[in-house]
Amino acid sequence: MLEIKNLHANINGKEILKGLDLVVRPGEIHAIMGPNGAGKSTLASVLTGNQAFEVTHGDITFYGKNLLELSPEDRSREGIFLSFQYPVEIPGVSMVNFLRAALNEHRKYKNLEPLSATDFLRVMREKKTLVEMDNKLANRAVNEGFSGGEKKRNEIFQMAMLEPRLAILDETDSGLDIDALRIVANGVNKLKSPDNASIVITHYQRLLDYIIPDFVHVLYDGRIVKSGGKELALELEERGYDWIKKEVEETV
Amino acid sequence: MKNNEISTLNAAPTVRQETLEQQYIDLYKEQRESIKKHSSAVMNTSRDESFARFEALGFPTSALENYKYTDLRETLSVDYGLNINRISVPINPYEVFKCDVPGIHSYLYFVVNDAFYPVNDPVHNKLPEGVIIGSVKDVAASHPELLRDYFGKLSTAKNDGLVAFNGAFAQDGFFMYVPKNVVMDRPVQLVNIMRSDVDTMANSHNLIVIEEGSKAQLLVCDHTVDEVRFLSNRVTEVFVGENATYEHYKLENVHTKTTNLSTLLIDQRKSSNVLANVITLHNGITRNTIEIDLDGEGCDTLLCGMVIADKKQEVDNFTSIIHNKPNCNSRELFKYVLDDMSKGGFTGKLLVAKDAQKTAAFQTNRNILLSKTAKMRTKPQLEIWADDVKCSHGATIGSLDESAKFYMQSRGISEKEARLLLMFAFTNDVIENIRIPALQDRMKLLVEKRLRGELSKCEGCVICQ
Repeated sequence: MLEIKNLHANINGKEILKGLDLVVRPGEIHAIMGPNGAGKSTLASVLTGNQAFEVTHGDITFYGKNLLELSPEDRSREGIFLSFQYPVEIPGVSMVNFLRAALNEHRKYKNLEPLSATDFLRVMREKKTLVEMDNKLANRAVNEGFSGGEKKRNEIFQMAMLEPRLAILDETDSGLDIDALRIVANGVNKLKSPDNASIVITHYQRLLDYIIPDFVHVLYDGRIVKSGGKELALELEERGYDWIKKEVEETV
Repeated sequence: MKNNEISTLNAAPTVRQETLEQQYIDLYKEQRESIKKHSSAVMNTSRDESFARFEALGFPTSALENYKYTDLRETLSVDYGLNINRISVPINPYEVFKCDVPGIHSYLYFVVNDAFYPVNDPVHNKLPEGVIIGSVKDVAASHPELLRDYFGKLSTAKNDGLVAFNGAFAQDGFFMYVPKNVVMDRPVQLVNIMRSDVDTMANSHNLIVIEEGSKAQLLVCDHTVDEVRFLSNRVTEVFVGENATYEHYKLENVHTKTTNLSTLLIDQRKSSNVLANVITLHNGITRNTIEIDLDGEGCDTLLCGMVIADKKQEVDNFTSIIHNKPNCNSRELFKYVLDDMSKGGFTGKLLVAKDAQKTAAFQTNRNILLSKTAKMRTKPQLEIWADDVKCSHGATIGSLDESAKFYMQSRGISEKEARLLLMFAFTNDVIENIRIPALQDRMKLLVEKRLRGELSKCEGCVICQ
């Protein structure tokens, strides 16, 4: 579904991604790990079309479409979803209006009629239970005054509403206590199907106890330098990243 | 027609007048008796005094601190006609006007240019006992004592060129009297309609008296009908008695060739409650002066406003809240969304007198500029003489939150729609401060339409279409 070839990307003229390759197929869960500053969040930003990042080389295709030519909203409508590391507060915009606008834009893209108010509220109720989301939160402005855990839960709730083909979870575990982590991971696992895929960006192995990856990649200095199965995550947890850095330097 | 029926200002247009004021000074001197003849004794009492003050002050210019953000030179150079001889304007607003706010079920009144339009709906407008609504001129004949106690008491002494000009030239206006302990069961609506075939100026002086323990809501709507240039200069005096509650909504929806100059003077007595909400949806040049004096203990005041402007529209809201007595609360909230070459101005003057201890006064002015060429100027001006008060002010000018916009886009919402949602959210708290549900609902719709660029004239007004 997703093919990234030799991706180079800059922010403010500084090169962060330096030739990244990645292939994701339906049904797969990929974990991307790596030390601070390796380019993990940059990858998420580039995939979702954040204008602050400039792609200088390389291609990204999503189901054969050139992703780099699509606007952020069209990428979302094509089925790419980013769970933000730092979800944005939008005072004055209610969760209901926000999600209804989003869902109906997705439907319009697929030539479907907009959902009626009753149908929409029914869908919202169903999905809320999936992430054990408080009714009160759903009636408030988007993320306004939410705790860190509530914001992350809200990301997964939105993911449940929009049913993406590719979900990118950017440091979804950061700032979560164990209970919140379990709820978020449960939500992600329940949404898993043979037709969709996930990229889990994380610093620590902890989340991967709950969301079991098929592949683990190590991102270092803008490239994927090592890939393996879920056991690689455990090895990283145990040994840190220094041995990887050393390996990379030796090959260079 | 213009020369015969409506007094024009420049008898010989080729001769340039020395100042903008001179033509009006000459007009007044020439037409003094006609102006008085077609007005009422109560308005004529201070007319010459007002004229003398205008002669001394002239029109305000941006050199004056209180008019820093208002530039009237261009609009005042237009040759407006004044209907001094009160020739009736051929229009029946009750037949042609459809309200912006269906479902409001108001007591509905019209002022066409500067003349109160006779009520022709006595069934619908059957007022609670003792309530008097009509023209200042008519009430001056039927209830002179009501006017004597109030008319001009807040305005005559004002050191303001526009108020003085109004005092010299205004011949009539809207009058509303709610006697003691009467709760109005429906809002009162006053629609100012500008209708003329030639460039026209209207001066009117409104008076509103809400006696002790009463409750009233007034919605003032400004509309224009014809594609000529209009200038209106209106003064409204409001007296709110002890324990009375008064809500004043002003909804401006006029065309770009309109200059709207409005002065709202409110006097609050002990434990009274006032909400004023001044909304400019569409306009040309607007200057609102709003001055609220808290002259009794325990008053509560909420002053809100919203401006949505684009093209070359200009809006200046000058506000002043004066705490003369202790234990009063005032809150002020103004929001502007400015696009294109539009200009906004806001002044939030707050004076807390030495005796006004335990004052709580909070002021907020937030502004969004959507283009590089839009301009906003904002000035909080706090003067606090008491030492036991809680006061705060905050003014911000910014653009739409890019990270919020991207967040919405990343959920599939188009950039245009995301901008709209953000702008709508930005103005939402002003709309939330409308306490007439039908008006609040309608405002949400009108603001959304306006932000979408679909509203260029007053919605639902058949004479506009």
